[in-house]
Amino acid sequence: MTRGQLIRNILRVAFLCMVASFVLAPMLATVLGGFKSNAEIRTSALSLPESWNLEFYGSIISDPAFWRYLGNSLLISSAAVVLTLIVGSAAAYVFAQIRFFGSRMLFSYLLLGLMFPFATAILPLFIKVRDIGLLDTWWAVILPQTAFSLSLAILLFRTFFEQLPKELFEAAYIDGCGYVRFFWRFTLPLSAPILATVGVFVFVQSWNNFLLPLVVLNSREAFTWPLGMMQFRGEYVTQWNRTLAFVTLTIVPAIVFFLAAQKYIVAGLTGGAVKG
Amino acid sequence: MTIAAAKRRLPVSERLRRSLSNGRVTAALVLLPPALILFSLFVMLPLGESAYYSFFNWNGYGTPTEFVGLENFERIAGHSIFHTAVGNTLKIVAVSLFLQMPLALLLALLIHRKTPTNAVFRLIFFLPYILAEVAAGLIWSFVFDGNYGITASIAGFFGAESFFILADREWAFAAVMTVIVWKYFGFHMMIYIAALQSVPEDQIEAARIEGARRLQIVRYVQIPHIKPAIVVSAFFAIIGALQVFDVIIPLTNGGPSNQTHTIVTYLYTFGLTRLNIGFGSAVGVILFIAAITVALFYQRIFMRGKQA
Repeated sequence: MTRGQLIRNILRVAFLCMVASFVLAPMLATVLGGFKSNAEIRTSALSLPESWNLEFYGSIISDPAFWRYLGNSLLISSAAVVLTLIVGSAAAYVFAQIRFFGSRMLFSYLLLGLMFPFATAILPLFIKVRDIGLLDTWWAVILPQTAFSLSLAILLFRTFFEQLPKELFEAAYIDGCGYVRFFWRFTLPLSAPILATVGVFVFVQSWNNFLLPLVVLNSREAFTWPLGMMQFRGEYVTQWNRTLAFVTLTIVPAIVFFLAAQKYIVAGLTGGAVKG
Repeated sequence: MTIAAAKRRLPVSERLRRSLSNGRVTAALVLLPPALILFSLFVMLPLGESAYYSFFNWNGYGTPTEFVGLENFERIAGHSIFHTAVGNTLKIVAVSLFLQMPLALLLALLIHRKTPTNAVFRLIFFLPYILAEVAAGLIWSFVFDGNYGITASIAGFFGAESFFILADREWAFAAVMTVIVWKYFGFHMMIYIAALQSVPEDQIEAARIEGARRLQIVRYVQIPHIKPAIVVSAFFAIIGALQVFDVIIPLTNGGPSNQTHTIVTYLYTFGLTRLNIGFGSAVGVILFIAAITVALFYQRIFMRGKQA
């Protein structure tokens, strides 16, 4: 390595470290803040705590409300994923496998959801959910969320299904396997990668969603974790350490999940974006 | 011989009988409707109702009866807070295009090669994107807290008077935009990295052999190659700017004195929390028109790019 290259490389790494500290400092302060007294946070937000006080983390972990928020979110997100995968892949299968009059039109219709943000129809959605009598139930979050995920899911599924070898279907067809059975027996099992990608995408969207639960859930029993977190923040306005501990405990699972499913997350979040 | 070819030789009645017995029709009738019903009921119907309600003055109880024509739209057009909200949305677009995307591109160019160190940096830069926006907003509302947060520590370190940026009419939105850049630059960077990794290595090698300098390679080989990715990420930046909501609520909740609203927080604050369903629906319609305009505009650019 020449001297010029060496200097360039040092500058490069220095710049990268600078950006990395801009990214990490707030998160680090959050994690550490959960161990500190408020007086200590006040004087040194970024340093290591003088003593690692476990009280604040402990009180949240032993609070049943915290686990209920997470449980509600997990239930809602899982249901949205399962519903989106089943309903979306079934529709996409029809578009990929069966040509019929109007199929292109119906396909374009289902893709309209990609064109506009969720928030545009939030008020009528609130009225509708209320009139059906779903207000303050999990279904009020699950069903609209699934409906809004369908567009992207159907687009990605159809593209994938069309790339599956046609000979497979022809062979099964001659052996007397019908369309519905082929879907369950062959298409779905062969589509694990795209199911995982879409599944992860829908899960993350649902898990992090704030606006919809905020509008349709009222009682704390039904709250998802973002609502619970805002509620908690409201209750302990002056006690940052408790809020920071709460935030940390909710972002840790997200980070662990991300590290575990990194491949699908990057594919689902950016790959889906590029294709869309 | 393919199935399609075989089928074409059969008479219509036989074809119909076959498609019924092999489940072709059943499949379409069973597998398609759930998606159509869900999508119509929870996406398209509310969208249509949005347009309908926007002509009424309605508090959400009973049925809308007080038809007011375009009055809701007139009120929005004349509302100074709405102007601020639109201005803020445009500011986010500007910051995304001229600060966030260049930063993301620079970082992508620095770390797109597959090495272990680069992988670590990539992971760190992408981390904020996977956090929930509410969590990001809360974390930064701590950072910006003039009594407790990092700004307080920094001010204390320099012996300066602490400041409350989120309560400052002039600067609060700059703080909000900092959080938005922090949260999303990694997403754009990942799009560029994926594109950069598909640039053929021999093209870069050829340019190098012909004596091209690093910057020239970037400018004449790499950036032209990833242009579609840049167009896409710009589209996501603009559509994203139209939807900003979650981050604002924990940071400023639209304050101080309604200076940091975006279109969606405006819709929420003045439409939903006050149960002005007609008024809020009208905001929704405006948001819809803006999003569709962007999408169609983008489609035209994209199509032109494909033809060239």
